Amino acid sequence: MSPLLEVENLRVSFPTAKGPVEVVKGVSFTLGRERLGIVGESGSGKSMTGRAILRLIRPPGVVTATRLAFDSTDLLARSEKAMRAGRGARISMVMQDPKFSLNPVMTIGEQIAEAQRAHQHLPRRELRQRVLDMLHAVRIDDPERVASLYPHEVSGGMGQRVMIAMMLIPEPDLLIADEPTSALDVAVQAQVLEIIDDLVKTKGMGLIFISHDLNLVASYCDRILVMNSGVVVEECAANTLHSAKHPYTRGLLAAIPRIDESRDELPVLDRSTWATA
Amino acid sequence: MSAITLRNLDVSYGDTQVTHGITLDIAEGESFALVGESGSGKSTVLKAIAGLAPDWRGEIEVFGAARSHGVDREFAKKCQMVFQDPYGSLHPRKTVDATLSEPLAIHGIGDQGPRVEKIMASVGLDRRFRFRFPHQLSGGQRQRVAIARALMLEPKILLLDEPTSALDVSVQAEILNLLKRLRREQGLTFLLVTHNLPVVSFLCDRLAVMRYGRVVETASVDQLKKSALTDPYSRELTESAAATHSK
Repeated sequence: MSPLLEVENLRVSFPTAKGPVEVVKGVSFTLGRERLGIVGESGSGKSMTGRAILRLIRPPGVVTATRLAFDSTDLLARSEKAMRAGRGARISMVMQDPKFSLNPVMTIGEQIAEAQRAHQHLPRRELRQRVLDMLHAVRIDDPERVASLYPHEVSGGMGQRVMIAMMLIPEPDLLIADEPTSALDVAVQAQVLEIIDDLVKTKGMGLIFISHDLNLVASYCDRILVMNSGVVVEECAANTLHSAKHPYTRGLLAAIPRIDESRDELPVLDRSTWATA
Repeated sequence: MSAITLRNLDVSYGDTQVTHGITLDIAEGESFALVGESGSGKSTVLKAIAGLAPDWRGEIEVFGAARSHGVDREFAKKCQMVFQDPYGSLHPRKTVDATLSEPLAIHGIGDQGPRVEKIMASVGLDRRFRFRFPHQLSGGQRQRVAIARALMLEPKILLLDEPTSALDVSVQAEILNLLKRLRREQGLTFLLVTHNLPVVSFLCDRLAVMRYGRVVETASVDQLKKSALTDPYSRELTESAAATHSK
């Protein structure tokens, strides 16, 4: 079976007054029906990689790749119309910030229904039931009430769960989750990740999980790519992350406080060695 | 002497009562954490203390002096707040210098230039950032500006609302180190709101677990480190934190 997604030598650049700046510099990986984690700091190009796969990078940004194929079809050659039909239905993306990603003048129920309706028409009653089921699946206790609320009336954590419900309702083949849980608290975080995990397993979805939280990625993914300034510095299986060799990966791991913390000061990355690398 | 005393604090937004009978006592020099899930009312407690949620009943005392419901200059000199999102909490059209001078201007304190430079040095911001705008700074640098702004009036108490949750782990480590150093150097009292329990382990002495607007348990950080919290809900919180961080 061919892999779900093939990425070879992916490059993303933006023009500036001082000439083009490459933010992703030749990233290659393949993804089957598995969970791949991409970790790195802000500015490492991890989100840009995710966006490039969905062709969400608008001009003047330039995306090039030797090969960028989803389900054996070339994504770069697809028309914008074909891309639009595929976004959401086949490849879906959970964005970072519910505050800016939800429509402020539409109720939550309507927005989730819209995500479904854009790809498949269902009778109204069935659609409503699916919306409520989906809200329930992301552990919203009273879906009826929440469906009738507007985004500003819910907390950030709940907003993020709504976004996840919206992205999962068309049952995509590949889910790109860009920091899906950074706005959630630990208890809810685990629940939300379990929901995503469950769907990946039962429906055979592929998952690209983009995050800066190494521990989280390690516990919910099979494979991990560590990115720094646009390049993949290390690739490893999730369960061997703690024996990672690259100094950047080790630095990130050491910077995380632990629940049984006894260190007086947290080690920080020596950025000067990385600025030139 | 206790730095912050809350007695039966009920805070409401309109008709909705958010917190119910919060009673806490935070000693001077202590670092105290409020933890709980979103919507548990932990940020609301901070806002009420800072005067941003004026619809409250009960008592708020800071160093033995009761807080009024209105704007309170004397209070502002003792107690300042740092917000969660450094992208949203700085005025986009004001330079770092203007942001940091404003509290001094309001309180009629002179000597603004040297004070701004001194504070910038103590939060680890280079002098060349002084006349930059927020959009020219990284997230970590912005949070340093926000912390510097809170420290301008030399308060004794900092209210910290998720100060690192918008930052990368590597930058989070820098800011946590900074907060710990400032507390040691200036003898500050921290009241920290977070959902990140490892941050509590690193930065705090005691914590209160909140749920549905009530404090369900108050414990020491040692208890947290040993997973010896007694309330079933607090246990659920610590176990889920341990689950994602031990694997």
